[in-house]
Amino acid sequence: MFLRMVRGALFRQKGKMLMIAFTILLGASLATSMLNVMLDVGDKVNQELKAYGANITVVPKENSVIDDIYELEGENADEIKSAYLKEDELGKIKTIFWAFNIVDFAPFIDTTVNLNGSEVKLVGSWYNHHLSLPTGEELDTGVTSLRSWWDITDGEWADEQKDTNGVMVGTLLAQTQGIKAGDTITVSTKNATKNLKVVGIFDCGSDEDEQLYTTLDNAQELSNTDGLLSSIEVSALTTPDNELARKAAKDPSSLSIADYETWYCTAYASSICYQIQEVITDSVASPVRQVAESEGAIMEKTQLLMILITILSLVGSALGISNLVTASVMERSNELGLLKAIGAKDGAISALVLTEIMITALFGGAAGYFVGYGFAQIIGQTVFGSAIDMKPLVIPIVAVLIVVVTLFGSIPAIRTLLRMKPAEVLHGR
Amino acid sequence: MSLLELKNVSKIYGPLKALDDISLKVEEGEWVAIMGPSGSGKSTMMNIISCLDKPSLGEVLLDGVDIAKESSKKLTEIRRDKIGLIFQQFHLVNYLTAVENVMVAQYYHSMPDEQEALEALERVGLKDRAKHLPSQLSGGEQQRVCIARALINHPEIILADEPTGNLDEANENIVLDLFQQLHDEGTTLIVVTHDPEVGEVAQRTVILNHGKIDREIINENFGKKKQEEQSNEA
Repeated sequence: MFLRMVRGALFRQKGKMLMIAFTILLGASLATSMLNVMLDVGDKVNQELKAYGANITVVPKENSVIDDIYELEGENADEIKSAYLKEDELGKIKTIFWAFNIVDFAPFIDTTVNLNGSEVKLVGSWYNHHLSLPTGEELDTGVTSLRSWWDITDGEWADEQKDTNGVMVGTLLAQTQGIKAGDTITVSTKNATKNLKVVGIFDCGSDEDEQLYTTLDNAQELSNTDGLLSSIEVSALTTPDNELARKAAKDPSSLSIADYETWYCTAYASSICYQIQEVITDSVASPVRQVAESEGAIMEKTQLLMILITILSLVGSALGISNLVTASVMERSNELGLLKAIGAKDGAISALVLTEIMITALFGGAAGYFVGYGFAQIIGQTVFGSAIDMKPLVIPIVAVLIVVVTLFGSIPAIRTLLRMKPAEVLHGR
Repeated sequence: MSLLELKNVSKIYGPLKALDDISLKVEEGEWVAIMGPSGSGKSTMMNIISCLDKPSLGEVLLDGVDIAKESSKKLTEIRRDKIGLIFQQFHLVNYLTAVENVMVAQYYHSMPDEQEALEALERVGLKDRAKHLPSQLSGGEQQRVCIARALINHPEIILADEPTGNLDEANENIVLDLFQQLHDEGTTLIVVTHDPEVGEVAQRTVILNHGKIDREIINENFGKKKQEEQSNEA
């Protein structure tokens, strides 16, 4: 009989129930979209922040120690720093536990060359290098993406395949030397002399404006460092640091086994650095603090904003449900008063009303989930230009939220119901 | 012992005495009509007898139990087990069919039994309308569903509040015939009414005025009409 009453209430009062379902649908859709975006926003924002360049640098351990002791800078540093990383170990970076969080990386070798009688820093790297990794993954990486903020004032970005003897010239150097795109310049070291064609002039507002950028092969030939690298820059998706990450960054061996596993299996910058050091021989990987911390701060603020919007949307939904359910109970006061008059106890009537509302909420919530997923895609495409991943975790969260919001929203209606005196409602008083 | 006994019952709303020191006895199997002008306290008395309200003063003994002292929960149980209610406005659940409306009373009493509910509807002449919603029934039919619902749990006492107030003459006669049948079967009936014709068919009529019992009339012709009909049929 209970089910017949519930079915009767649901199917023969479609208008009222659809209104409640629609309110719950709106709340559920907002919660779903915000939660999906919130859980995915970390990756999205991280990808946006990649425009600011690498957040991890890898250098030979020996050079790092010299840096730490003598705080060397400039040309003297190049002469003293004699250790190198091995080029053939580069691919190993994409074999670490957090391999899929490594979105970009590029090797660097730098040397000092003679250009028209002046000592100039020449950097060799990849422009747009295509990598086929042992894992089967294909990756295009290099300076083109790691220095995406460079403004090409003359010419164009060099192409690794086409411009094997090409060079990119910093804007200040180009001005002082009178170099423009299309020119051919001659650079020499004690090891070799090369004629390089200027493909583009770049402006980046830093020391690099006084440098030359060419392919890795050219720089290695000029510095006689075939198969060797000065440093590697890595752009990785990271989780904002917390106490555990900061403690681990100082000394991973100080962690308990459980903490170590948690830290190792979380994409903290420090744990990714640690894992890179494990695969690159005699290297020191360290996060670029400013970038990593800015990313963390922006991420935390963005997620806080999303949580607030989600809470506000749910509060709004609870108020809407509350009003509708209370109005529905008031409208049905004769019917519910009658049930009390013929012997229904308060608990039985509350259970009947709550069951009706919860079933309505179930359908409204399910529809709201899919509508919300659609909203999330619109937000993803509009804000980030890419789809938002469907997070399975959102389903139980939204289900629990809908149950809580619906129960919370029904409290005023149930209180009204319990206070209702059948003698008054049945006589219209 | 009387089935129902009101001893010095008063119901006071602020300065207003809706019922003023009423005492009344109703015996088992008796058919009593309560009459009086608007505001005389009929509905207040009905609400107190049907355990929907409590008196401010006095005792209300139903089967020897003073219901004035019982909790709301206990009053709900008494209503469920001992009282059948019939309303002027019918008060059917509009999204349930006629038979389901009868079964609701069974459900809150014990176990719903559709066959028994259909028999109750057959008794009031509505078995063929069992699957109809209240909106598909006439006023008289709705009142008969209401009577079937009141009867289904075999209550000790049936309380009817203006049961013919919204009915035409033909339906009024059908309802009164049903009451007569119930009375003949030994059911105790208390009917609140404005209608003198409804009052006249009861065994005893209690007239209320300004919250007090103005007078009581014993219907000397009670049962004669039925006897005449039976002799005519013979």
